[in-house]
Amino acid sequence: MFVMIVLPHIDLLIMSFRIENDEGQQIWSLKNYLNFFEEPIYWLTFARTAIYSILVTFLTFVIALPVAFYITKVVKPKYQGFLLVLLLLPFWVSELVRVYGWMILLRESGVINHFLLKAGLLKQPIEMLYRDSTMILGLVYTSMLFMVVPIISVLDSLDNSLIEAAYDLGANMWTILFKIIIPHATPGIVSGSIVVFMLTLGNYLTPNLMGGKNSLWFTEQIYNQFIASFNWNQGSAFGFLLLVLSSIVVWLGLKLTRQNLKKVVQ
Amino acid sequence: MIRTLPTSKTYNRCFKLYIVFYFVFLFAPLFVTCVLAFNDSQFPSLPWKGFTLEWFTANLPQRVGIFNDQINLDSIWVSFRVAFFVTLLSLAVGTCASFLFEQEDFRFKQGLYFLMLAPLVVPGVILGISILLFSNTLGTHFETSWNLDVELFRPGFWLVVLGQFSFIATLVTLVVSARLRKFDRTLEEAAMNLGANRFEVIWHITLKFLRPALIGAGAVAFLMSFENFNTTLFLVGYEATLPINLYLQVRDGSTPVINAISFLLIVGTSLLALLNLYFSRKSK
Repeated sequence: MFVMIVLPHIDLLIMSFRIENDEGQQIWSLKNYLNFFEEPIYWLTFARTAIYSILVTFLTFVIALPVAFYITKVVKPKYQGFLLVLLLLPFWVSELVRVYGWMILLRESGVINHFLLKAGLLKQPIEMLYRDSTMILGLVYTSMLFMVVPIISVLDSLDNSLIEAAYDLGANMWTILFKIIIPHATPGIVSGSIVVFMLTLGNYLTPNLMGGKNSLWFTEQIYNQFIASFNWNQGSAFGFLLLVLSSIVVWLGLKLTRQNLKKVVQ
Repeated sequence: MIRTLPTSKTYNRCFKLYIVFYFVFLFAPLFVTCVLAFNDSQFPSLPWKGFTLEWFTANLPQRVGIFNDQINLDSIWVSFRVAFFVTLLSLAVGTCASFLFEQEDFRFKQGLYFLMLAPLVVPGVILGISILLFSNTLGTHFETSWNLDVELFRPGFWLVVLGQFSFIATLVTLVVSARLRKFDRTLEEAAMNLGANRFEVIWHITLKFLRPALIGAGAVAFLMSFENFNTTLFLVGYEATLPINLYLQVRDGSTPVINAISFLLIVGTSLLALLNLYFSRKSK
C-alpha cells in the first residue's frame, strides 16, 4: 500500500516537468514570444510544420483505410493473421533504419535511380531526396502503423451484415463507405489521427534527414536554439508554442468528433 | 465489397494490386538496406559488386566491420543498458499504477489519470527539453544552496533513463490495465478466504494472471527505449545511445557499416517481435 500512496506523487512530480517552461530565470519578459512573431522564418516554419502535419495525417488515413478494410473484411480469414504480422513487422524496426533505407533508395546514386538509368527511362540521375514531397513520403511511412492498427480494431467490430443489408438495399460502394464504414470507424480514425499528428509534429529525424535545407521543421528550430545557439529561453518558448499547437489541434479534433481522450486511448 | 458479396473481377484485382503495392512500399527500404549490407563496395549503393561479409567482420584500414568498430559497439551496449533499466523501472511503476487506477478509489483519480495520459500527447522533443530544463534547474539549485554536485541532474545516462521512463511507464500502465480489467476479483477473495495474506495473493494470483501482459509490455518497453531518438537527443551526454550515434553517422555520410548495423537491428527486432507474438498467441 505504501507504494500505491507514494506512487502518484512520484508520477505527479514527473508530470510537473512538463509544465517547466519558464522563459528566463532572472527577468520575466515576453521577448522570446515577440521574437517568434517578428522573425518571419520562425512563424513560417511553425505554420509549415502545422500544415504539413495535417496533410500527412490525412494522407496516412487515405492510404491506411483500404488496407485496414482489406485485412479485416476482404481477405480470406486464413491469411488474416499472416498479413497482420507482415504489417506490424516493419514498425518494430527503428525509425532511423527505415529512414536510412529510404535514403539509400532515393538519393542521386540510389537504387531507384540506378534501375531507372538501366532501364533507359532516365539519361541523368535525378536527386529525389531532400524535397518536400520526399519528406512527406517519409513521414507518412513512419507513422503508417499508428493509423492502420486502430482502424483495424474498429473495423473488426463492424458487423458484416450491415454492409450486406446496405448492399441488398441497393447502395453503391461509395454510399456504403461514407454512410456505414466511416461512421462506424470514427473512434479508430480519430485516435489514429491524433497519434499520427502528434508523432509527425514532434518528429525530428525524418524532416532532418529527408528534407532539404529549405524544408525546415519546427523541431529543428527548437533543437537549433537549444544545442547550436544555446539560447534555452528562446528554445523553451518555441517548445511551449509547439505544445500549445498540438494540444489545440488534439482538442479540436476531439471536440469536432465528440470523443474524449480517455475513450480514444483505449 | 466484402467476402460474402459478389464483386467484379476488376475491382478485386485492383484491390489486390493496391495491397501488393502497399506491402512493397512497406518493405522496400528495409529489404534494400539488408541486401546492401553484403555488397562488396565502399558505398551503400548499386551496382552489385559481389557478396562479402567484410562489413561485419573486417578490420582493414579502409573498412572496419561492425564487430571491430569500437564506437558503434559501445553505443549498442549503452542502448542495451538504458533499455534494461527503463524496462525494469517502467514495468514496476506501470504495474503499480495500473493496480492503483483499476482497483483503488481515491480523490482526484480522474485528474491523476489524465496526468498519466499526458505524456502520450506531448511530443517527444518537448518531453526531452522540459526534462533537461527541469534537471538543470534542480542541478543549479543544489549546487548553489548546498554546494552539492549531483551527477543525476546532468545530461547523461541516468537522465536518458528517466526521460524515456516518463513516457514508457504510461504505455506499460495502459497495457497492464487492459489486462487487469478482465481479472476476476473473486479469485483474490477466494485466496484470502483460504488464508493467503495480501502479498501472497498479489504474487500467486494477480501477477500470475497478468504475466502475458507483463511480458508483452516489457518487450514493447524495451524496444521503444532501445529505439527512442526524440527524447534522448536532448538528454544524452557523452555516452551516445545507438540511435543517436547512427544518426550522426548517417548525417555525415554513409558507409555500408550502417547497413550492417541496420541488418542486425532488423533481424534482432523481428525475432523479438515474433517471439512476443508467439507468446501472446499461446496465452490466448
